[in-house]
Formats: sequence, structure tokens, C-alpha cells
Amino acid sequence: MAASAPRKFSFEKFAPLVALGALVVVSTILYPRFLEPRNLLNILRQVSYTGIIALGMTFVVISGGIDLSVGSMTALAGSCAILALNASTQALMTFEPRWLGTGLCVLAAAAAALAVTLVAGFFNGFLVTKGKIAPFIVTLGSMAIFRSLTLYIGSAGEFRSQNSSYGDMGMSSILEIPLPVWILFGLAALLSILLDRTRFGRYVCAVGSNEKVAKYSAIDIDKIRLRTYVIVGIMVAITAVLISARLNSISSTNAGKDYEMDAIAAVVIGGTAMTGGHGSIWGSVVGAIILGIINNMLNMLGVSPYLQGLVKGLVIIGAVFIQRGSSKSKRSGL
Amino acid sequence: METLVRTEGVSKEFSSVRVLDNISVEIRVGEVFGIIGENGAGKSTFIKILSGLYEPTAGKLWFDGAPMEIRGPADARRIGISLIPQEFNLVADLCVYENIFLGEELLEKGGFLDRKAMIERTRLLLAELNASSIDPEARIQNLSVAQKQMVEIAKATAYDSRLLIMDEPTTVLTSKEIEVLFRLMERLKAKGVTLVYISHKLKEVKRICDRVMVLRDGAFICLEEAATMEIDEMARRMVGRELKEIFPEKKPAQDGVALSVQKLCVEGLLHDVSFELHKGEILGFAGLIGAGRTEVAETIMGLRKADSGEIFIDSAALKVKTPSDAVKAGISYLSEDRQGAGILTAFDLIGNTTLVSLGDYATPLIDRKKETEKTGFYVDRFAIKASSLYARLEQLSGGNQQKISLAKSIDTNPRIIIVDEPTRGIDVKAKHDIYAFIRELADSGLSVIFISSELEELIGMCGRVLVMKEGRIAGELSGSEISEEEIMYFATGIKGGL
Repeated sequence: MAASAPRKFSFEKFAPLVALGALVVVSTILYPRFLEPRNLLNILRQVSYTGIIALGMTFVVISGGIDLSVGSMTALAGSCAILALNASTQALMTFEPRWLGTGLCVLAAAAAALAVTLVAGFFNGFLVTKGKIAPFIVTLGSMAIFRSLTLYIGSAGEFRSQNSSYGDMGMSSILEIPLPVWILFGLAALLSILLDRTRFGRYVCAVGSNEKVAKYSAIDIDKIRLRTYVIVGIMVAITAVLISARLNSISSTNAGKDYEMDAIAAVVIGGTAMTGGHGSIWGSVVGAIILGIINNMLNMLGVSPYLQGLVKGLVIIGAVFIQRGSSKSKRSGL
Repeated sequence: METLVRTEGVSKEFSSVRVLDNISVEIRVGEVFGIIGENGAGKSTFIKILSGLYEPTAGKLWFDGAPMEIRGPADARRIGISLIPQEFNLVADLCVYENIFLGEELLEKGGFLDRKAMIERTRLLLAELNASSIDPEARIQNLSVAQKQMVEIAKATAYDSRLLIMDEPTTVLTSKEIEVLFRLMERLKAKGVTLVYISHKLKEVKRICDRVMVLRDGAFICLEEAATMEIDEMARRMVGRELKEIFPEKKPAQDGVALSVQKLCVEGLLHDVSFELHKGEILGFAGLIGAGRTEVAETIMGLRKADSGEIFIDSAALKVKTPSDAVKAGISYLSEDRQGAGILTAFDLIGNTTLVSLGDYATPLIDRKKETEKTGFYVDRFAIKASSLYARLEQLSGGNQQKISLAKSIDTNPRIIIVDEPTRGIDVKAKHDIYAFIRELADSGLSVIFISSELEELIGMCGRVLVMKEGRIAGELSGSEISEEEIMYFATGIKGGL
């Protein structure tokens, strides 16, 4: 009987992974040193920052929304993190033992970043759900607002950390693997459980699949959609701490630039439907890595950095085109 | 008398279901030709074929003596056939004159729009219809429903229509507006325009039509002079058929009131709706489309906000703000709009079955084994045919989708279930199954509100039927009183004084 039949293997689900495999093979052929651990770890570390944001973005996109403000939000959260760090450094650096003082300072920075992004995420989510304004417009507006606030607070300059331990943390590795990479994979494991194994995750898919059905199924669609914006906000806070620690500073003009583009691209390349309804957290991780490898290869092959955006743009459009093609054939195949 | 339209053996099938069977009629020049029939009788299909929206599967049509070869509404309009659909085809953001000339804009020599000429023509058209109060430059969205209808008619007359088809034009109008419409129809008739008029309101049909055609289950029943056919006779012809033996045996309801609704009002939709639902009862809700049956269900479920009125469950007052409040109180709703509000076509059987009851499976992680087993149980229990439990619902037939929808509705362990058109668009076997399940649910003590436009199933399933008309409960029938004729009398306003 039907209950014993196994879940069908779907090529669609593994397509991003296949693409990644093909890309690795091509890259190795073109540039044998590609496979060196140092290069691979470097790629992974580079993609971690936007990859973490892409994890949260996956929820937003599945629910039928989009968040363009994540880049500016990273800059705002990062600058507040540095401000909190510096303030607490003066107060706490004399604290003994020393590791505890450093820990408290980092905690203060993280708390500041999180406070900013929770408010920001709630702001976006509230306007989308209660304000009934299209997500594209809301987050386009908040993108400008967050950047403007950052520029104002930093007088368009740089926020420099006065705590070198913060920078050490950002550069640190555990078992040779950079800290951000650990965090990316840890969060991906957690959030994939949230998406695939909890009520919330199922409801996010239901809302994105058909809002009216979700509403008639007693799902509080506003609450679900609001939470997706809060989740992406939390991810932005983590990235903001990691990137500001890595650089031990935050530039109010450049920090988080194009992060929205990279995060959305990773989600789309990972097979999550822009129309909402279904998607995959690990797909977004794969999507982020694919983007990282493409960037790495273009650098290695000496392609002008000015042309890298062109390649990225083509990959995004291509990924959506393939998605559209496969869903179309599925429909007509009925 | 001259013939404008002649059809010969016109039939229409949708995926091998025959919705219109062998219709041969002649429509005369300058007459008002009425078409009546129950929901699903084939009226809309027939006029969609006349107006070029559907191509008949078999049969031929002649217009003005010549074979009618139309490939779409644009062709139909060119030879002088216009349809005013139930849902108006107007662009809300555009002005009256822009809508009237949409696709056929008048141009100046340089290729620019000739606004002046179009506005002037529109003014003349509206004046001819005695509707000068409508400003040609007003936006459609700012007009009343009756005014929108006038614009639709003006649009039709702008193309010198010879055949004007009106699908339920009066459902959205007040009685005063209906008088205006009827006077307009008389004037059009005097000008030699032929009118096809579809309505559920038999009094109006009797009054305005010259001849009336009755359709039932897609088949031609009769075509008679309206003057010689009494209203009772129309209703009888519409429904007259034997009850087939597909309904389970009825059983009496238990004592005790499960749900009591008192003076429920929703502005413009429901007026003082009061009723009681007994334990184990299957209570029918009859009425024409738009009578307010679904609105009652949606208000009870918290999908619509009530302006006033009270709802009691087991004599305790219930405050429903959201659908989840209603589910918690033990009420479940099977929507009439299966694809639009009932199931997620992109989700598999399991995801759909447990969508409302997911809380029972999550602690906090979803117990996949448990939900798979439960879905398997329903698949066996309801004889659902699917390639696997992981099949997306879009791959299932309508009947199997509906069974999953029913499984979803009862998986919350409700005490009251509202089923809204539970057998719409599904085959006879699945219908039979669903009737049997609903009967079993009632026998096990569940109370059922059974909303349906198919009178046959209301009679076959329900011990008591409430008939709604225009947002009010017009009548109550129970036991042997329940007949198709009686329901139609209340639904069309012959009885019940509404």
C-alpha cells in the first residue's frame, strides 16, 4: 500500500549539488591548485558572511517575500556592534581574568547588533504584514533608511574597533577551519531542521504556496511572514559581528554592499522558488558556495573584477530560467 | 418570425464529462429569450458557446441565416454578439470611455488617441440608455454596481450588437435598479435587438421574457411561451427528476444543541441569521449562488468579521476572532473552493492532511512517522487513489483531492464540521463515498452543516434544510417537506415573503 512506498528521488532537489560538482571538476581542470585546502577554505570563509544571511533569506523567499535591506542592515548592525564594543572595552578591559573581559566585550557587540536587527526585521515584517505593502517596496525603502542611518552615525567614515581581541576572534580558526565556516554550517543544520521538521517551517511553505489556503487552514499568515523577516534579521546580526570582527572595523559606506544580491542569488541558485512555496536551506549553502567558486575562478583566471558582476548576473538569471523550465514541463506533463 | 440564431445538436464536453447535450433551438429576432436551470444545468456553457468563448464539441450554429464561424469573443462582437457576464469585464483603473473603446480606440490622423470623439460617443451612448448621470471620464472603480452594468451595456451597444446575452444581470441590483434595467431591455427590444436572459429569479423571467428554455443536467427540457408557463411549473421543470439510490439511510439527530447561532449580521451579506444545529444532525443549507450560505460558514469560522450576533457551542458563548479560535473550539470547515482555499496543490498528501492539525504531530519536531501513518489511515479509509503518500495533490483527481480535503478537515477531531459544496465537480463514485463518510461522521456524534447547490443531495442527506435568500434564512424544511420544488420556492422568493 501507498504508505510503504519510498519518497521519490527528485533530480530537482539535487540539481544544485550536481552543478556544484560539475563546477569543481571544471575549476580543477582549469586551475589545478584550486583543490588545495588553503584555497578551498578561503572560498568557504568568503562565502560564509553572505551565506549566513542567505539562510534567513531562504525563509523569506519561501514565504513569498524578499528582503533587499540585508546589506544596509549589516552595515548598521556592524557599526553599532563596534560602538558597543568600544564602549565596553573601556569599561571592561581591565577585568580579570582577561578572557572573561574579552568575552563580555564581544557579547556586548553581539547584543548591540542583535538589538538593531531585531528592530529592523520587525520593522520590515510589520510593514509587509500589517501595512500590506509589497515586500520589495518595504525593503527597498528600509535599505535606504539603514544605509543613511549608518552614514549619519559614522559621518560617512569608518568605525574602528579599539579592541584587538575582537579582530583576533574574527580571524580565528578551529581545527584549521575558519570560525565563520563553522557558524555557517552549524546554523544551516539548525535552520534546515526548523524548515523541514517544525510546524513553523511547514507553515512558511504553506503561506508561500497559497496564502488563502493557509488562511483557511487556520494558519496565522501575518505572524508567520513577520517571523521570516525577524529570522533574516538575526542572521544579519551574526554576519555583522563576524565581518566587523574580521576587519576589526566597519566602513559606513562600503560594509554590506551587494550582500542582498549575493544572498538572494545563493537562495535562487540553491533551488528555492522565487514564487515561494518550497525551498532548501542546504540548497542555499550550495548556492553560496557556487557563487564563491565562480568568483574564485574569475580571480584565478585573471578576469577583470569589473566583469565579475556580469557573470554573477548571468548565473542568477540562468538559475531562475532553469527553474521556470522545469516547473513548466512538470505542469504540462500532468 | 425571423430567426437570428439557430443551433443544431450543440454539445460540449469537458474531459469527457458532457455538460451540454444536443441542444437545438431557434432564437427569434427581437425577442427576449430566457434560459433557466439549476446550477450546473448548462446555461452558462450554452451562452459561452453563443458568444465564442467556448467551441462546441459537436453541433452547428447559424447566425442570421449563415453558418456561425467564430473563434473567440472578438469575432462574436464583430458579427454583433455581445455577452454581459456575471463578473463584469471592465478595467477598474480606466475611465468609462476608455473601457468602452478598449481595443477599438478611435484615432486621430496622426495615430494619437482621439479622446474628444470617444468621450462624445460615450456621452451619446449613455444618453441613449437614459444613463446620462454617468460621467464618461469617471473611473470604473468609483461607479456603483448598477452603473458598471450600464457601462457594460453601453459597451455592447457601441458595437451595434444584434444579440445581447445577459448572465444573471439582476443578482447584484436593487429592485429599483432592476426596473431601470427592464425598461432599458424593452427599449433595446423595440430597436430590434435580440436578448438572451439568464436568471434564477423566476418571477423576473416570467415578466421580461417572451419565451423560456429550461435546461437540466446539460439537456434540453422544454421551450415555451413565458406567458403560458406558471412559475411553479418552471421550478418543477428545472428540478424534476428521480432521486437516485446513492444516499445512505437517514437517521434522526440526537438531543442537545451543538451549535447555536443568534442574529448573525455582516453588513451587506448576512441579516439576522439564527439557527440551531443538533448533535449528530446533518443540517442542510440551500439557496442560490450569492444567497449567503458560504458567508455564514466563513463568519462562524472567523474568516469574516461579524458586525453583530452571537455564536454558542454547547451553550457556551464563543468568541471567534481567527480561524484558529474556531478550530480550537472544535469547528472545522471544508471550503467550497477546493483549489483556491482547500488544498495546497504543490504539497503532498501528508502535508495537506496534517496542515490544520499539525500541532498534534509536533513536539516540537514533527513526528513524520506519525503523520505518515495517519495519512495512510485516511488513504485506506476513504479509498483515496494516489501513486504514493508523497505525491503532490495536483497529480490527484478532483474526487481524491476532495477526500484529502475532508481528511484534513476531520483530522482536527472537530465536533462540528461545515462542508461547503463537498461534491462539486467530482465523479459519482467519489460523491457516493463522500456521502457515506459524512453520514458516518454524523452517526458518530459529529454535527454537520451541509451547504450545497445540488438539491438532490440536500434531500438525500439532510433531515432538515434551511433555505437562504439574499443573506437571510427564508425558510426551514424538515422531513418529508424537503423537496426540490419547496426549496426552489423559498430560494427564488415565491415562498417566504422575502
